[in-house]
Amino acid sequence: MSRYELRFSGAGGQGLITAGIIMAKAASIYEGKQAVQSQSYGPEARGGASKSEVIISDGPIDYPKVTQCDALLAMTQEAANKYSHDLKEGGVLLIDSDLVTNIPAGNFKTVAFPIINTAKNDVGREIVANIVALGAMVALTGQVTRENAEKAVLSSVPEAFIELNRKAFSMGFDKALAARA
Amino acid sequence: MAKKVAFMQGNEAAAHGALYAGCTFFGGYPITPSTEVAEVMSVELPKVGGKFIQMEDEIGAMASILGASLAGAKVLTSTSGPGLSLKQELIGYGCIAEIPCVVFNVMRGGPSTGMPTGPSQSDVMSAKWGTHGDHPAICLVPASVQETYEEVIRAFNLSEKYRTPVMVMPDEIVAHMRERIVFPEPGEIEVVPRKSPSVPPEQYKPYDTSFGDVPPLAAFGSGYKFHVTGLNKMQDGFPTTKAEIVQAEEERQVRKVDANVDDIVTFEEYMLDDAEVVVVAYGSTSRSARYAVNVAREQGIKAGMFRIKTFWPFPDKQIKALANRVKGIVIPEMNLGMCSLELERCAQGKVPVLGIFRVDGEPINPDQIVEKIKEVK
Repeated sequence: MSRYELRFSGAGGQGLITAGIIMAKAASIYEGKQAVQSQSYGPEARGGASKSEVIISDGPIDYPKVTQCDALLAMTQEAANKYSHDLKEGGVLLIDSDLVTNIPAGNFKTVAFPIINTAKNDVGREIVANIVALGAMVALTGQVTRENAEKAVLSSVPEAFIELNRKAFSMGFDKALAARA
Repeated sequence: MAKKVAFMQGNEAAAHGALYAGCTFFGGYPITPSTEVAEVMSVELPKVGGKFIQMEDEIGAMASILGASLAGAKVLTSTSGPGLSLKQELIGYGCIAEIPCVVFNVMRGGPSTGMPTGPSQSDVMSAKWGTHGDHPAICLVPASVQETYEEVIRAFNLSEKYRTPVMVMPDEIVAHMRERIVFPEPGEIEVVPRKSPSVPPEQYKPYDTSFGDVPPLAAFGSGYKFHVTGLNKMQDGFPTTKAEIVQAEEERQVRKVDANVDDIVTFEEYMLDDAEVVVVAYGSTSRSARYAVNVAREQGIKAGMFRIKTFWPFPDKQIKALANRVKGIVIPEMNLGMCSLELERCAQGKVPVLGIFRVDGEPINPDQIVEKIKEVK
């Protein structure tokens, strides 16, 4: 049975739990696969370590947490250090190149671009950095189509912010593919 | 027509399950990791003419749902460990006064404030022994978002059928995990109504056993007047210390559950037919166990899982039968050995009971269970 494991990690307040929820929703509601999203975070509202995990499968999912990670997003140096060790051989590590400067070594493909700065400068609002990251993860993992992921994004954000999020998602998707090449 | 689907948390599913079951009153006090139940109820209850109230504390919240239930409403409160401790006095009141209600308790690290965002399964004993005195206990332990929805409906049904508080206790992982849920159509899942009196108000007694072990309950405000107390009582609801009445009433209250174990106890058997090692698990831990059983099978080990869906009353009969035919029982749980004690009681020394106990806020992973399965000789 196919089982694909993603982890979105960084600091509380970066919107990583939301990014994980949208990825799982895209798989579960729009792609017709099965998905489970779970999270762990500290008691703080902002700051502190935060992670969101998504398991995607063609069949029923038992254990809802990551066993061996296929794709990891690390939005802080701490997260990159802590979680890159259980990345699968041949897996994908996506990092924000401004925040993770000490790039972990391993048998996985590392893709780096300035995620937060893309949101701030190219999209126009830092707050959508999580959607930039999500677009990138969708492009790099291939678990859901670009169209289904975009549907999940747009159905998860308030009306007034649809264009902003659409742009953030596209920007992340394209930049990740360019960075990987 | 295609059924309505959504992608949501266990907590959110619990609230929607309560609404399906006909809940019209929620009294609570927010606490991580159960707050989403209250959030959904605060939005949804007014839409169906129900009432949501945030009380001054957990004790007040428990009192409010008992009062609302006596006025005829189906009622829910939600909480977590520290809140459950505070509610215990009035849970006992609900048991002796025989007031239907559902307590949804999300298990987090404890004791006391413990680890508010960390998962745990350490309230399962509190579900039975948390309030003092002999009393009936029903506690359901769902393992998925869909099941949380369905088990909350079943909890309402059992509380009405047996006129007693019922607890639903997911661990934090199940409560906060998001999965796809398919909503049943109205009428697709049975909803049990409260048994109302068939006699006129002047003949009514709230604990009239001529109607069986579960007497009908009138709603305050419907013309029926009766006395409610936490003291041992007679059939008319007034206190008594008369030995034979107290003995008979206490026995009846406990018998409501004990005599109906087969109606209440539910479980799932996974690959048990030829199993030599059985992993007994509940809640999110059962998902690790299922994964581990599959891994063990791939390695040629005859492992299976018995998943507890109803923790109280405990599935004594089923565990005793298993103990007669397997070589060992493995019990992974996020506490220091609570279900393990019950399994040892049922196994009566016939087979070893090997525990994996974790209270560090991390889930029990499948590898740990596979290793333990291999220890059974």
